[in-house]
Amino acid sequence: MRKLSTSLCAAGLLTMVTAGSAAADNHDDQIALGKAVYMDKSRGNCISCHTIADPDANLAGHQGPPTLSMKTRFPDKRKLRAQIWDASKNNPLTIMPPVGKHWILSEEEIDAVVEYIYQF
Amino acid sequence: MKIIRKLALGLTVAAATQMTYAADTGFDMQTVDPEADRIALQKYYKSRFPNTELADYVNGIYSVDADSREQWVELEEFPPYEFDVEQGEELFNTAFANGKGYADCFENGGIGIRHKYPYWNKEEGTVKTLEQEINECRVKNGEEALKWSKGPIAQISAYMAWTSRDKVFDIQIPEDDPRAKAAYLEGKKFFYSKRGQLNLSCANCHLQGSNIRIRADLPGPQLGHVTHFPVFRSKWGELGTLHRRYSGCHRDSRSHPLKPQAEEFRNLEYFQSYMSNGLVANGPGARK
Ligand code: HEC
Ligand code: HEC
Repeated sequence: MRKLSTSLCAAGLLTMVTAGSAAADNHDDQIALGKAVYMDKSRGNCISCHTIADPDANLAGHQGPPTLSMKTRFPDKRKLRAQIWDASKNNPLTIMPPVGKHWILSEEEIDAVVEYIYQF
Repeated sequence: MKIIRKLALGLTVAAATQMTYAADTGFDMQTVDPEADRIALQKYYKSRFPNTELADYVNGIYSVDADSREQWVELEEFPPYEFDVEQGEELFNTAFANGKGYADCFENGGIGIRHKYPYWNKEEGTVKTLEQEINECRVKNGEEALKWSKGPIAQISAYMAWTSRDKVFDIQIPEDDPRAKAAYLEGKKFFYSKRGQLNLSCANCHLQGSNIRIRADLPGPQLGHVTHFPVFRSKWGELGTLHRRYSGCHRDSRSHPLKPQAEEFRNLEYFQSYMSNGLVANGPGARK
């Protein structure tokens, strides 16, 4: 435990020193993770039901609405996250899997996919 | 992984209570009405795909998706199941060690009877499927039971289906035995219940989701789902039974399939086949 907190401290220091660029890097990493979650069959597999204007997205399915204007449609990011965490809350009969509630994705992966789609 | 399995199992039961949709009848013995369900399903598809003739639903996804239909018509020019039907005929006509054969076990010598399966068996108090009776016939005559999902049992079933082509499905739910309607109801509940880690019901994909892409997959309509079984599926590269397909669809929702011919699967087949009453038997079929 001590070892962990020391290294966390060190990491914290490091972040403080390189503040600006590290934050940008972290965000890039998060977007990259979010994209992987969106595209991978073994992860979120969002692409199987939602089209998205990402040039790397091919053969998207159509079960759900297209992923676009996310900022306008979900000004409150927490609402967007909640929809993804458990789509069955809004619509018990939805075909969309409850990726948070059923532990299909980690909380970190869900945060990442939210950030990723928020760009579209 | 273990936790997830438990969760998935727990859900199957819990979610069964929140199922109702589509304009059909209820989910309990008082309100369920099989014949009204069947008519409602036909109406649902009539309004959803107005250009598809009712009789065409025996062709599954190809009844509603013009693109894949073209490829399938080509496929059917040299039916991939032809060999299996021949093989099935030979197996069907090969006598058991005791001199008897399949023909001795079935009505009309087993010819032209596919469209009456599955049926409610009052004496045994359960739904009987064709494959089940093929194996029972063997065991009764001192032969070993065949494996359920593919191979010889599917070939024999294919031959029997072949001799029944164009006969109209006529599944009965005898009113003098309430257990028959209860079995139908169980099958109906199964179809609408959410299951597995992905929380999907059969209805999610085959009712709401009919002919809407899930990535590259296109789920077909539930109407006419069972009429052409057993099926030669290009993906399998061979023939398979209906219950084999049920297992595959379970895996798609990340849930653990039951064993072929489990009571739940037979009830599901009873429900699905009743929904196809009025359509013709056209097995064996070919699918992508
Ligand atoms: C199997 C199909 C399917 C999958 C997989 C799926 N969704 Fe959905 N999604 C839907 C459907 C259908 C809806 C429409 C609302 C409903 O039915 O509840 C929806 C709704 C949404 C909405 C709300 C859109 C709106 O305008 O209201 C968001 C956001 C969303 N999904 C994001 C995602 C993300 C992110 C993933 C992957 C982690 C994902 N979905 C995976 C089918 C799916
Ligand atoms: C994730 C979506 C999904 C779920 C859930 C699902 N299926 Fe399927 N199913 C498919 C797809 C895709 C096919 C292949 C295309 C087709 O033929 O419909 C298919 C094929 C079938 C077929 C063969 C149809 C044919 O014409 O040969 C049957 C029967 C079937 N499913 C029954 C079921 C049943 C019963 C359940 C529930 C226990 C179920 N499915 C759950 C997607 C699904």
